[in-house]
Amino acid sequence: MTLTTTGPTSSLGDKLSTSEKIGVKNLNFYYGQFHALKDINISIPDRRVTAFIGPSGCGKSTLLRSLNRIYEMYPGQQATGEIIIDGENILKPGADLTELRTKVGMVFQKPTPFPMSIFENVAFGIRLYEKLSRSDLEERVHWALSRAALWNEVKDKLNVVGTGLSGGQQQRLCIARAIAVKPQILLMDEPASALDPISTAKLEELIEELREEFCIVIVTHNMQQAARTSDYTAFMYLGELVEFDTSEKIFTNPGNTRTRDYVTGRFG
Amino acid sequence: MSDLPMPSLAPDAKTLTRRALIKRRHRFNTAMTVVSLVMTAFVLFTLGTILLTLLYNGLQAIRPSLFLESTPPPGSAGGLANAIYGSLVMTSLAVAIAAPIGIMAGTFLAEYARNSRLADFVRFINDVLLSAPSIIIGLFVYGVVVVSVGHFSAWAGIIALAIIATPIIVRTTEDMLSLVPDSLREAGAALGTPRWKVITSISYRAAFQGILTGVLLAIARVSGETAPLLFTALSNQFWSSDLNAPMANLPVVIFQFAMSPYEDWRNLAWGGALLITTAVLALNIVARLFAKGKK
Repeated sequence: MTLTTTGPTSSLGDKLSTSEKIGVKNLNFYYGQFHALKDINISIPDRRVTAFIGPSGCGKSTLLRSLNRIYEMYPGQQATGEIIIDGENILKPGADLTELRTKVGMVFQKPTPFPMSIFENVAFGIRLYEKLSRSDLEERVHWALSRAALWNEVKDKLNVVGTGLSGGQQQRLCIARAIAVKPQILLMDEPASALDPISTAKLEELIEELREEFCIVIVTHNMQQAARTSDYTAFMYLGELVEFDTSEKIFTNPGNTRTRDYVTGRFG
Repeated sequence: MSDLPMPSLAPDAKTLTRRALIKRRHRFNTAMTVVSLVMTAFVLFTLGTILLTLLYNGLQAIRPSLFLESTPPPGSAGGLANAIYGSLVMTSLAVAIAAPIGIMAGTFLAEYARNSRLADFVRFINDVLLSAPSIIIGLFVYGVVVVSVGHFSAWAGIIALAIIATPIIVRTTEDMLSLVPDSLREAGAALGTPRWKVITSISYRAAFQGILTGVLLAIARVSGETAPLLFTALSNQFWSSDLNAPMANLPVVIFQFAMSPYEDWRNLAWGGALLITTAVLALNIVARLFAKGKK
């Protein structure tokens, strides 16, 4: 109910049953001269799954990558406007990026296990900010791997290099690594696009489980996946947020004709 | 024009020329294969002859005294202990200096400066240094260190070798770090990892074997350098572990002894040459094994 004040998407406010976790206001994004995101306003709820859909190049990944400012790694990319997380504008100069990223975890399109053992992969992020005893650390790694539905498959080979796992296992390892540091928000950038159908199904089950604890934002090319996994869906086109509503509404009775054309497969 | 005739279906004459063409190509192919094989054999023959000559002439010198005694005056028995020691000390100290500098500079180029103009400039200068004749570097160190200090010294030799080794290490470090996918760096940063930690814990780890290979190749390269040592460390007939004094080393001793009129000196030179070659060969094999382990 706290959403009623935010921008063009506020009509959704009444339907949101939980509080806002991320508030994006007048966000513009530039790759050098290229204006990739145009005046984005969106309010992303806590403990729900929000999907960004749209054709390639529409800016959905860019929007996601703004939420933890991972784009800062590359010169020439910049964002203006406001992204409010827990009452703080993360775009304001001087915002601490490492602190922000402990709060906002991310899972990428291609699995990215670090060149170290499975255990070390998960422990890596924990060790950065917490001094845990060995047993507490082991417990946390166990928790994260179980949460990511990977524990049973790797419990006997925790010291094996993470890159030796299958693609789907690697992706779940990356999810375990991301949730091990107990973030509040989990960003997923087409997490299933490199996975086979069985691994994808497992991943979706996992998202279903994690929605209770995290604010999950997922970018996907796959509309069935968005419909299956998300509570809310944002349709983007050419750098603009066209429509944001409950997934049910977007996929059954969208308000905008472009959204309708896209979700019915008429373009994109 | 609208009614183009259908291309005639392979009349006999044309079939024949095509067949002839294919035959000619097959013959050409065979000829090229043979020429390539002969050339390869020639390269291998050269390398084989070098190794065999070294073995044939050098093996007679490989006996305990080679490693235990210092270089003798003409006409008496001796070994190369002082030169072996000198080469080991100067090579390892040179690489101990060059490796950290080279790895740091390579890290700067690949991780921090990546697309900057400064990086392009440094990369260019490094490539120039990489291909600079080693005698120029020897001359430079002679002018800067030896002349100003007033005498030849092991340190001068070490500095010259370090200058030769550094650009090799810079180059391989940069190349190997560039092979580490950005997605790994992003994944590291996305966990809230500070940049230096991403580099030391993730990039270095991913590129470790490659960087180590670069260092090994740098060792192999400088361990055979003669020209820069002639101007700097010179040589020393006696055992010396004083880094401020001239120091014996294998390449220069080989240079002096091989051209001497004394047979026992020439024999020692062959022994030294065999030693260096074996060491460089071994280093290359180890480097190759590391590079293989990467995949």
